[in-house]
Amino acid sequence: MLRYILLRGVLALAVAFTVSLAAFLLLNVATDPARAIAGEDATPEVVQTIRVRYGLDQPMPVRYAQWLGGVVQGDFGESYYWHKPVAELVAERAGVTIALALAAMAVTILIAIPLGVLAALNPNSWIDRTALGVAVSAQAVPNFWLGLIMIILFSVTFPIFPVSGDATWMHFVLPAFVLGATSVPAVMRLTRTGLIEVMGADYIRTARSKGYSGASLLWRHALRNALLPVISVLAVQLGQKFGGSVITESIFALNGLGRLALESILGADIPTVQMLIFVFAIVFVVMNLLADILNAALDPRIRIG
Amino acid sequence: MNIGIEPNLTAAEEPAPLTPRQIMRRRARKHRSLMIGAGIILVLAFIALFAPLLAPHDPFVQSLGKRMLPPVWVQGGNWDYLLGTDQNGRDYLSRLIYGAQVSMVIGIGAATIGLLIGVTLGVLAGYFGGWVDHAVSFLLTAQLALPGLLLAMALVFIIGPSVWVVIGIIGVLHWTYYLVVTRSATQRIRQLDFVAAASASGATSRQIIWHEILPNLISQIIVIFTFELGIAILAEASLSFLGVGIQPPTPSWGLMIAEGKAMMFYRPWLVILPGICLFVLVIGANLMGDGLRDITAPEGRN
Repeated sequence: MLRYILLRGVLALAVAFTVSLAAFLLLNVATDPARAIAGEDATPEVVQTIRVRYGLDQPMPVRYAQWLGGVVQGDFGESYYWHKPVAELVAERAGVTIALALAAMAVTILIAIPLGVLAALNPNSWIDRTALGVAVSAQAVPNFWLGLIMIILFSVTFPIFPVSGDATWMHFVLPAFVLGATSVPAVMRLTRTGLIEVMGADYIRTARSKGYSGASLLWRHALRNALLPVISVLAVQLGQKFGGSVITESIFALNGLGRLALESILGADIPTVQMLIFVFAIVFVVMNLLADILNAALDPRIRIG
Repeated sequence: MNIGIEPNLTAAEEPAPLTPRQIMRRRARKHRSLMIGAGIILVLAFIALFAPLLAPHDPFVQSLGKRMLPPVWVQGGNWDYLLGTDQNGRDYLSRLIYGAQVSMVIGIGAATIGLLIGVTLGVLAGYFGGWVDHAVSFLLTAQLALPGLLLAMALVFIIGPSVWVVIGIIGVLHWTYYLVVTRSATQRIRQLDFVAAASASGATSRQIIWHEILPNLISQIIVIFTFELGIAILAEASLSFLGVGIQPPTPSWGLMIAEGKAMMFYRPWLVILPGICLFVLVIGANLMGDGLRDITAPEGRN
């Protein structure tokens, strides 16, 4: 088990390193950051001054080495746009995004799992077809559009929730719903298939013959096994929520990392973009690692094989 | 040779033996959501193709005197501008019709680029195995870890937004699904007797891949292409909505939603209509993909 975790950990580190290199190259080779900071009308002299000021006159490998060296010490450079350390900016905004991501996962769980269970217990019934319809629709709805419709419906037509901002928990309800909806189809389908499979298993028949039925059969025997794969998928989905926060946060004006990402892209603030890509990738890699370890811990076939 | 289809399943009920192609057609016609999905895609492809003939007005001509006309069912609307006009006085219906063109071109272009990258890597990894497989798997893990939307936004902004840049970037970021499926399918097909026979009769790896493996992957590739079409269309709409995709005055549905956003409380149709278009197109692609998967590989259904 320890060997397995170690192996996975090394792989995760290698992935994070590769992602940071790819992001660095893409952002720095495809463009001239100095020109991006200076703006389109800047004279060559101004561009040159900026290039020297930010160390952009150094060769690419040196710059990457410097960046990576800083990252190891927690220094992600200085924002071109806000003129303060990027790490500080990210730390200030991370709380909102973490709260949003967790709330979104709660929404996913509250919608997807009951729906999946109901569908699995009544296969091919109208409940099953409705659940499938919800999944198919949720997959096709443009996320940003759903957000706007929610604002029109629940902030204006029926003024229940505030339109934008992040002052109270009420501000998080609509964004969490919109961000959580994207994971509903995958989690719902997996719950349904898992539970249908388990309900046909021999040990459930045994439990039935021993007199278990209804809720106790579902809770004590079936659901426990059916939800094992769902848990690791939830971890992976949570990892994706950070990258997914860009749209939700800009629609609802939440001052988190997603909005910071959009602002720094539009402001050509490459150090901030670079750190955000790195941080989102790390979160994703860590959540995947967690899912793998969870899977291995729960399923001996993986950790031994 | 076509695996994944079992002629024996229906042969017992039919007097004359059917070819696999006939069986597939029969299954397709009976599959309701496949027919609905394919119907939606065909209609929207037709609209995109014949937009100049169908659009009642020029989608680019601005008219200050006709700004913000409501749709015909709202008070003040008129039949000349069925769905009203936007903030620049352009006919909304015509812009929505031309928007189908933008979505279709970008969806098909990006899904094709993804296909070329993903299938190449998938077949190579599945066929050669060993270090090639390890290298490709690592690439896959790294790609999955990249925050796609964020990277696409940054790249479009840096390189400069144009239809071709948007197609290229979305395509380059959406190949993992092709890779995962073709890799495992290739691994499986490689073990089959006809590949061994081809290899024994002296076929080179290149010949085996082109003549034995790829023809057997086609149905799976088409299924993924259909799903990726929907994913790429949503990706374009998101980028355009955020201002780092298609630029004005091109009528992209995502961009139209962004343009209508400022007035959505008073003129909600400016936001609702393009969103419905997107929803219908993407649900069409998804239903068609689900259906194609069902009829080409009935055992993969769940």
